[in-house]
Amino acid sequence: VSRRPRRGVRIAADLTGLLVLLVCVFPVYWMVNTSLLQRRKIRAPDPTWLPFGGTLDNYRRVFEGDRFLNALAISLSVTVLTVLFALVFAFLAAVAVSRFRFRGRASFIVALLLIQMIPVEALFISQYKMLEGLQLLNTVAGLTIFYVAAVLPFTVWTLRGFVTGVPYELEEAAMIDGCSRFQAFLRVTFPLLAPGLVATGVFGFIQAWNEFTLAVVVMTREDRMTLPVWLTTFNEVNRGTDWGAVMAGSTLIAIPVVVFFLIVQGRMVSGLTAGAVKG
Amino acid sequence: MAVITETKREHRHPQAARRRTPPSLLPQALLLPALLSLLVALAYPLARQVVLSFQEFGLAQQFGRPAEWVGLRNYRELVTDPYLWTVVLRSIAFCLANAAVTMAVGVAVALLMRLMSRPVRILVQSGLLLAWAMPVVAALTVWQFLFDTQYGVINWLLTRLGGDFEGHSWLLEPASFFFVATVVVVWMSVPFVAFTVYAALTQVPDELMEAAEIDGAGPWARVRSVVLPSVKPVLLVVALLQVIWDLRVFTQIFVLQKAGGTTRDTNLLGTYIYRLGIGGGDFGVAAAVAMFMLALTVILTAPYIRLMLAQEKDL
Repeated sequence: VSRRPRRGVRIAADLTGLLVLLVCVFPVYWMVNTSLLQRRKIRAPDPTWLPFGGTLDNYRRVFEGDRFLNALAISLSVTVLTVLFALVFAFLAAVAVSRFRFRGRASFIVALLLIQMIPVEALFISQYKMLEGLQLLNTVAGLTIFYVAAVLPFTVWTLRGFVTGVPYELEEAAMIDGCSRFQAFLRVTFPLLAPGLVATGVFGFIQAWNEFTLAVVVMTREDRMTLPVWLTTFNEVNRGTDWGAVMAGSTLIAIPVVVFFLIVQGRMVSGLTAGAVKG
Repeated sequence: MAVITETKREHRHPQAARRRTPPSLLPQALLLPALLSLLVALAYPLARQVVLSFQEFGLAQQFGRPAEWVGLRNYRELVTDPYLWTVVLRSIAFCLANAAVTMAVGVAVALLMRLMSRPVRILVQSGLLLAWAMPVVAALTVWQFLFDTQYGVINWLLTRLGGDFEGHSWLLEPASFFFVATVVVVWMSVPFVAFTVYAALTQVPDELMEAAEIDGAGPWARVRSVVLPSVKPVLLVVALLQVIWDLRVFTQIFVLQKAGGTTRDTNLLGTYIYRLGIGGGDFGVAAAVAMFMLALTVILTAPYIRLMLAQEKDL
């Protein structure tokens, strides 16, 4: 940018920016800070701003009993299964949509856009009844069925962009060199798609890992909770009495998401602004 | 329209046309898994929900009595229930207020980022990313702690500043309950708006701004008559998305309700459906409210879909 704002304006903007930074970062900092403090310090009349001489006791209390590890196992299974199925299904669909012209193609794309906008809140009643009828309430399989469909539209939409981004001429060149159509796709296009698949998969992971509404509806038994549901019940029990452990639990849930998000955000942000949507 | 794009493609890709000559079902086969997944997990429940909304489906049916057809009774019951309208109006008000505040703050941050020095801007962008990356439940839990009656930093700070906030309970009164919910929702939504609008702002040509400056436009006039019109399409899409997303706010309300606050005075559409169906066992009426919410979403979504399709040349 060639235009430079006047110095006064810039200083004012910088100061306001630092305030914005504080509002963004402080809650996250406070979560980590509190998770490292002794109960005595958390309950003191004045806040302790830095975790000097901190403790890992809060984390130890999160791991007491098997509730947390149990929820972690459920969350991991649901998330990994969701990402696998969604990636395979979406990849095939994305190839169909971006490498072929066929009847119903446009309607499929429009349908994806529409589906993406359906709020779970407007569907979970009958989704609950459906799983109840199939005896799949409180099962990983039941929740995964819905999660796959929930992340599919975005996944297809994004992968479609990646597939289209690999010029078809590259495949044609390989075919002229004697590859079959399938071989050409597998050897030329597929490797170029790897970063796109990883980024899209990570995004699906974040969505499934964070999902709360369906999980709270469908996983009602205490030993079948996913991590977000576990955190809210853990919070209900310990709020006011053990904020340190509650913050330690939040930190543990947030870490993988924040790390993954920061890794893929560049790719995803450009996708978002280019017109793809997240739901 | 499809025909036009096809001929264009054929013109560009002779091979693409040739490879279609033996009509194959390959593309349809590739779509099949995705289609099946969507049919099973979304289309079937949706169809079933329509049926459910015309049935009496209460506790007796939970214990095996066949559901009874009641025609429009669930809907009639709802439409004549003033509480539904309270919840609907409350949801719409909450949604519009949250979307408006998010947009205002997000656009302001985006405009500010243009004026900041580089190091500060990078810091602010990292901060926004961090807030964006936080999982909803984790953010919600931290904000509950910040607003905590006894040990919350916000009460401590406000007391220090001379307010009477010692032991103040934020979730007791509906108004301040929704204030806390709004803070959480806005905090989580601003980064997306700020980043998207900032990206659009960097596309505004400098020549345009210089021309306006030469013509004697002050900074505010430049924002109003040059910057805002050029980013208007982006603003429109982002605002629509905010409205659609804020209409369905569930987690924040659900969790805060459990922490205090009377459910009846704080229910929004999502939590109301939950309480009716999963909580109260009245699945027929809950399904009818859900259909209502779906209709509301469709009305709000239509302009968004139209905008997206207008952008999609390759359809």
